[in-house]
Amino acid sequence: MSVLAPPLANHTPPEPDTTPWRATPARLVRNRFAAVIGVLVVWVVAWALFKDHFTLTIGGSEQTPVFDWLRDRSNWVEEAASSGSNPVINFAGWIADIVDSVFSWLQSVFTVAKFPRPLPQIGWLGTIALAALVAYAAAGWRTLALVVPCFLSFGVLGYWDDSIDLLIVTFFAVVVSCFFGIALGVLMAHSRRFSALLTPVLDVMQTMPSFTYLLPFSILFGIGPAAAVMMTLVYAAPPVIRITAHGLRGVSGPVLEATDSLGQTGLQRLWNVELPMAKRTIIAGINQTMMAALSMATIAAYINSPGLGQPVLDGLKRSQLGTSFVAGIAIVIMAVMLDRSMTAAGFRAELAARAGEKGGPFRKVGLGLAAVGTLVALYLSHSYVWANEFPSQPDLGTPLRNAVDDFGNWLRTDLSHLTDAIQRVATDYGLNPIQSLLADSPWFVTSAAILVIAAVVGGRKAVISTVVCLAGILGLGLWNHAMETLTACLVATIAVVVLAVVLGVLMGRSHRVDVGLRPILDAGQTLPPFVYLVPVLILFGPNRFTAMVAGVVYAAPVAIKLVADGVRAVSPNTIEAAEMAGSSTWQMITKVQLPMARSSVLLAANQGLLYVLAMVVIGGMVGAGALGFDVVTGFRQANDVGRGLAAGTTIVLLGIMVDRITTYGAQRASSPASRA
Amino acid sequence: MEHKRPRIVAAALAGLGLAVSLTACGGGSIQDAQTGSGDKKCGDLNVAVNPWVGYEADAHVLGYVAKTRLGCNVNYKDLDEQVSWKGFGSGEVDVVVENWGHPELQKKYMADKGGDGSAVDFGSTGNKGVIGWFVPPWMAKKYPDITDWKNLNKYSSLFKTTESGSKGTLYDGDPGFVTNDEALVTNLKLNYKVVYAGSETALIEAFRDAEKNKKPMLGYFYEPQWFLSEVPLVKVDLPKYTDGCDADAAKVACDYPVYDLNKVVAKKFADSKSPAVDLVKNFTWTNDDQNVVAKYISQDQMDPEDAAKKWVDAHKDEVDAWVKG
Repeated sequence: MSVLAPPLANHTPPEPDTTPWRATPARLVRNRFAAVIGVLVVWVVAWALFKDHFTLTIGGSEQTPVFDWLRDRSNWVEEAASSGSNPVINFAGWIADIVDSVFSWLQSVFTVAKFPRPLPQIGWLGTIALAALVAYAAAGWRTLALVVPCFLSFGVLGYWDDSIDLLIVTFFAVVVSCFFGIALGVLMAHSRRFSALLTPVLDVMQTMPSFTYLLPFSILFGIGPAAAVMMTLVYAAPPVIRITAHGLRGVSGPVLEATDSLGQTGLQRLWNVELPMAKRTIIAGINQTMMAALSMATIAAYINSPGLGQPVLDGLKRSQLGTSFVAGIAIVIMAVMLDRSMTAAGFRAELAARAGEKGGPFRKVGLGLAAVGTLVALYLSHSYVWANEFPSQPDLGTPLRNAVDDFGNWLRTDLSHLTDAIQRVATDYGLNPIQSLLADSPWFVTSAAILVIAAVVGGRKAVISTVVCLAGILGLGLWNHAMETLTACLVATIAVVVLAVVLGVLMGRSHRVDVGLRPILDAGQTLPPFVYLVPVLILFGPNRFTAMVAGVVYAAPVAIKLVADGVRAVSPNTIEAAEMAGSSTWQMITKVQLPMARSSVLLAANQGLLYVLAMVVIGGMVGAGALGFDVVTGFRQANDVGRGLAAGTTIVLLGIMVDRITTYGAQRASSPASRA
Repeated sequence: MEHKRPRIVAAALAGLGLAVSLTACGGGSIQDAQTGSGDKKCGDLNVAVNPWVGYEADAHVLGYVAKTRLGCNVNYKDLDEQVSWKGFGSGEVDVVVENWGHPELQKKYMADKGGDGSAVDFGSTGNKGVIGWFVPPWMAKKYPDITDWKNLNKYSSLFKTTESGSKGTLYDGDPGFVTNDEALVTNLKLNYKVVYAGSETALIEAFRDAEKNKKPMLGYFYEPQWFLSEVPLVKVDLPKYTDGCDADAAKVACDYPVYDLNKVVAKKFADSKSPAVDLVKNFTWTNDDQNVVAKYISQDQMDPEDAAKKWVDAHKDEVDAWVKG
């Protein structure tokens, strides 16, 4: 049911393979596997011969002409912004002013007292009534029954104002994303060329670490909600664009032909046929955009964005595990609430479209009464303190905070000797050798090896992307760091895939396991990484391994869900046939279910890698060094702005490279007939 | 199911109606409430809050006094140093309360350093910033001579980690911190590798673990810092700082200078008639003062506003001096 952040939608997932297990792809995959092993052997030999030469290592404070050039560009933007000489930049400032003023008006309505009034215009009772009305009207009473307790929990956890602020920021970003995003999606669906043009832009928007544009955005849009909204837009808009385009492309040809024969214009067709038919998909896209917007809450708080991100960072800064956790839980509740409501609204929209009417007289009466009730609540909330200020009791936040703090103290004392051993073994025997191979080989050896692997796995198209990306990475001057980061990401992705296959198969085979695990995965996906970063840090200390664990925790839920859905989608007939043939459980999993869910596993690997890559910067904050650290340095130190930009761009190139290799590889593996 | 809906709503309405009639006689209407800040002469005061607890302590004490004594409308803005300084020009930030040097930002924004003149130095906070290399107390006790840098090589194998290969690990913190450590390690010929823990949180957790579980650790740290009251880290003596010994960043082979932490304000704010200008100028206190308030905030988990109030209420004389000048 839920679409809680499914794949990035970088590429549409390949259709589940419904044909029975064939021998050809197996042999093909085996051949490719052998070729990759061959490459690795040659690579190791070359590494042994030329180790530590031509590694393009760069010192921590070293500057290069590329960094200088990037820094000058950044300074130019800043000067243009302060002098007001550039029309484009002035336009950005103008937009920022509008956003800021609308935002501060909304805040004065819901969360911030505006002098001389001592409290906001509408307090908790009015806000909840309004939310309930919207939920009821758009998605029905079941959703209302979900929304009201969620809103109450924000207050009970002690973060009423922050929660509503975050909702406002998210709402803003989502509305603007949809306004432009759906239009762009329509264009993409109808024009191949436009689609080809926009796709790389969307790739960059989704893989560029947000720390890279924190600084430029605070210059362009000022320090305030506008910059936060714009930042959120960059990351949150692509899903709705991509999914809208995907949904429109999926509208069936015969229907279009049939309606075209009635002589409609293109615009009529779009409005009357295509958009209504793709409605549910588009709503799923909006839902994804909303989840992406929420996930920016913590990062946006670095430039003073109002919302729940601030208490999360406060907890981090003050070394208070509990504070971060409670605020993080509020974010999870908000995410689940928005996700479920949106899904329900999408379902209802489809039902309404099918029924062709807006519901019977009962619904009209119900809506009318609910509207009156909301007005009463708004009035009360405007006029009386008790209905405006959220009561301080009952307080669930404090006990929860204390419990988590106690848990943190327990972690600090009891386990660290065991965990140190795990960290040491994993680093010495897992991470270090692979990193040495990638980063200590001469750059041309590593590049050649990556290229050949790209060719074997992904074919010609993958080679082209890889050449472009590798050239870019070399040119930006952070080759060695890029290879360190790539190593950590690859190792983490392997862990993610193993977890995804094990847990995904368990979930796919047993409904009970699925029901038990899914809420945990939902929470893991929406909990801000900063929340579990500190416990991981306590366990494993500041190092690359810790960063990798954090990346795995972040990426695993998505991958597990993908595999689980793939295993479940295997047709019952096939399973039955295999059972009749007398296959054991193990045979069933390895010979039937996993091979048939192959495309899902490949997609899980692809998404896992991209999610791990998204954690690189946060990893830099707990000892991973390399590119993540460079990006944060660029944000923190005026002299290193250029280095930060270069590192951010390198991460984008790495992301696009691994995405293309795995995507084209997955396509080839799924359609073996194409290139034998 | 469909026909139940109006009934539920009706019940809810009835409940609300009851609530209305109950509160109608109960009072508590919002118009009766009073605001705290009456005097509006001060207007807005935008205080940047840089991301460390000591800074928060300064910002909230200053803000609390500005609000309660001068009636300012104080806006706290959670920002990084670099972004805060950029905010001076646009009027989004009035005050940076605790500045650690930052010659590169001075060069960009202070008129006498060749910048655009949007930032003005407003004098010392009275806090002395000490940067250096620290070991957990158990190590200083067990290896008394470790606090001399000359002996560091002798102990380097103790500090070996998975991140430093055959060398010892010297942990550095947040990339925003002032550091010469890579140059120091090279120039003092130390058998160590600088490993970036990456954030203050990471450093603190590592030191906490090192002391609790008696693990060796050498790391960059600084005071004033509330954490030192939890774990009194011991400083390692580097070659003495002399004027200008750190002039060439690549050749540094001496300790960090003692930073005179200062306040920096926006030129626009400095030229304004706001009564808060004098308050900011006069604001000074000691490292111990800051540590106390920072401890209230971090360890005692007090709201920064309450922590500030607690300190201000106990230090009426000092606060009077700031306000009166």
